[in-house]
Amino acid sequence: MTSQDAHLSSVPAGFPSPADDYKANKLDLDELVIHNPQATYYIRVRGNSMKNAGIADGDIVVVDRSLDATHNAIIVAVLNGGFTLKRLYYKDGARYLVPANRLYKPIKVTQGMEFHVWGVVTYCIHRVK
Amino acid sequence: MRRHVFALIDCNNFYVSCERAFNAAIQNKPVIVLSNNDGCVVARSNEVKKLGVKMGQPVFECQALIKQHGIQVFSSNYSLYADMSDRVMAILSTFSPRMEVYSIDEAFLELTDLCINDLTEFGRTIKSKLQQYTGIPVSVGIAPTKSLTKIANEMVKKEPQFGGVLDLTRLSDQEIDEILARVAIEDVWGIGPKYALFLRNYGISTAKDLKYADEKWVRRHLTVTGARIVFELRGIACIPLEEERPPKQGIMCAKTFGREITSLEEMQEAITTYAARAVEKLRDQDSLTSCLTIFIKTNPFQKNSEQYSNSFTMNIPHPTAFTPDILKYALEGLSVMYREGYRYYKAGVYLTKLSPQSSIQPDLFGEFSLSQHYKQAHLMAIVDAINKIYGRDTLIFAIQGITRSWKMRQLRLSSHFTTNWSEILTI
Repeated sequence: MTSQDAHLSSVPAGFPSPADDYKANKLDLDELVIHNPQATYYIRVRGNSMKNAGIADGDIVVVDRSLDATHNAIIVAVLNGGFTLKRLYYKDGARYLVPANRLYKPIKVTQGMEFHVWGVVTYCIHRVK
Repeated sequence: MRRHVFALIDCNNFYVSCERAFNAAIQNKPVIVLSNNDGCVVARSNEVKKLGVKMGQPVFECQALIKQHGIQVFSSNYSLYADMSDRVMAILSTFSPRMEVYSIDEAFLELTDLCINDLTEFGRTIKSKLQQYTGIPVSVGIAPTKSLTKIANEMVKKEPQFGGVLDLTRLSDQEIDEILARVAIEDVWGIGPKYALFLRNYGISTAKDLKYADEKWVRRHLTVTGARIVFELRGIACIPLEEERPPKQGIMCAKTFGREITSLEEMQEAITTYAARAVEKLRDQDSLTSCLTIFIKTNPFQKNSEQYSNSFTMNIPHPTAFTPDILKYALEGLSVMYREGYRYYKAGVYLTKLSPQSSIQPDLFGEFSLSQHYKQAHLMAIVDAINKIYGRDTLIFAIQGITRSWKMRQLRLSSHFTTNWSEILTI
C-alpha cells in the first residue's frame, strides 16, 4: 500500500475518531539528544579507557561543541596530534585528562603540549546485546 | 541619508579548515585540497601559501614541494564541505535577520538596524562562536557598503594584528583612504581583469584612485556597474543584500572522467550515473523536469587526437522526477549521438523546464495517470531514503554499472564524517 492509498482510505465514511483532537507528534530521538544541531557531531569510540563512565568499545557518543568544558565533563580533546576521549579534571590549578578505567593513567596537560578541547560528550549510544 | 552597515564573513581556507576540523594530526601542518579528479590545487593552508603554491596550480607541478615539506594532500570531499557550510550559515543566520549566502564559504549580514554599539566586539563574537561550534576560522569585515566589507576582509587576512575582525565604520576617512591606496584595482570586488586594464589606462591603479575619480569622467566612461562601485567605495551602499536566491532553473550533473572512455557500455554507465544523480537533486528540491539535455565530449587539450563533441536535447511529454524514465530518455539520446572511435573525457546531464512537484496535472487523454505518478513518487522516495540512511549508491539502477572504473579519481578522499554513519570520526 502506498502512502497515497493510505490517504485515500482515511476519507471519512463513518464516525470521526474521538482521538483526532489529541494527535501529537511522534517522539523524536533528535529532540532528546540534540540541543544545538549546528554544533552536534557523532563519534565512534574505540577501546575501553572510558568503560567505567558507561562508554564501551564501539559505542557512538554525541558531542556538543557549543558547551564549555567544565570540571568533570567528558570531553573530546585534540592532544599532540591525536583525538582523545577523557574526563576533564581541574586540580590545584592544573588540568588532567582522566580515563575511566584503572588500566589507563591520567594525563596532566602541560605547557609544551598541543591541547585544545574539541567538544563535550552529552550522550552515549550503546547497543544492548 | 541613512548609513548602512554590512558584515562579510569569509571562512579562511575553507576546504582545508573542514579537513582540519576532523583530523587532529594536521592542525599545524601544510595542507592542500585538490579539485575533482585530483588535478589542481583548490585550497591551501597558510603554510602552503607561504611556500609559493598557487591557487589552481596543477598538482604534478607541486610534487617536489609536497615531498620536501610533507604537505598533506586531500581530494575534495564535497559532502563534508557542504554540511559544514550549512552549519556555518545556520549559525550566522542567528546574528541578523537579513543575510545573503554569497558562496559556500562566504556570507553578508546586514547590521544596519540592529543598533550594535561595538561592531568589532560583535564581529569577534561571530568569529569565536563559529570557531567553537564548527572549528572553522573566519575573517570578518564590517563596513557601510558590501564592496568595502570585501576590502576590510582582505585586509584582515593580510594583517594578523586585526585578530580576524576589521570594522571600517570606526575609522576616519583618512585611515580608510590609506587602506584603499593599498588595494590594487584588480582586487576591487566586481572589477574584472579587462576592466582593470581599461581603468589603468586612465591612471586608476588603486581602489583609492577609483574612489576619487572625477565625477564627470565617471559618468562619461564607466558603465552603471562601474559607477556603482565608485559610490560603494565612497561609502554609499548601492549593491543591496540578495536574500532570496531564485530557485534553480536547471539542474546539472557533469564531470570529467578519471580516465578516458572509449566504449559505449562505459559511456552508458557514466551518462546514467550522472542522470540518476541529477534526478536525485531534482527530487530533493521537490521539482519535476520536462526537458533533458545530455552531452559528451573528447579532451580539447589533447591536440593530436580526434575531437568530437555533441549534445542532445529531448522534451519529455509529462513532467517527471522518476529515475527510470529519465534513464530511458538519456540512453535513447546517447544512442543517437554516440560515435565509436573517440576518446571521451567528459559527459553531462542537464535537466531544465523545471516545475514544482505540486503543480502536477492529470492528463485527460489517458497516457499519463495521476495514480501512476504517485506510485512512482513513492518508489523514488523509498530509494532516496535508503540511500540517505545507508550512503549514496546503496541502491542504484543496473545500467549505472558496478565497477565504474571511469569514475572521478579521488585517491585522497577523507571520510564523510557528518553525512554517513559508517564513516563518522572514530577515536
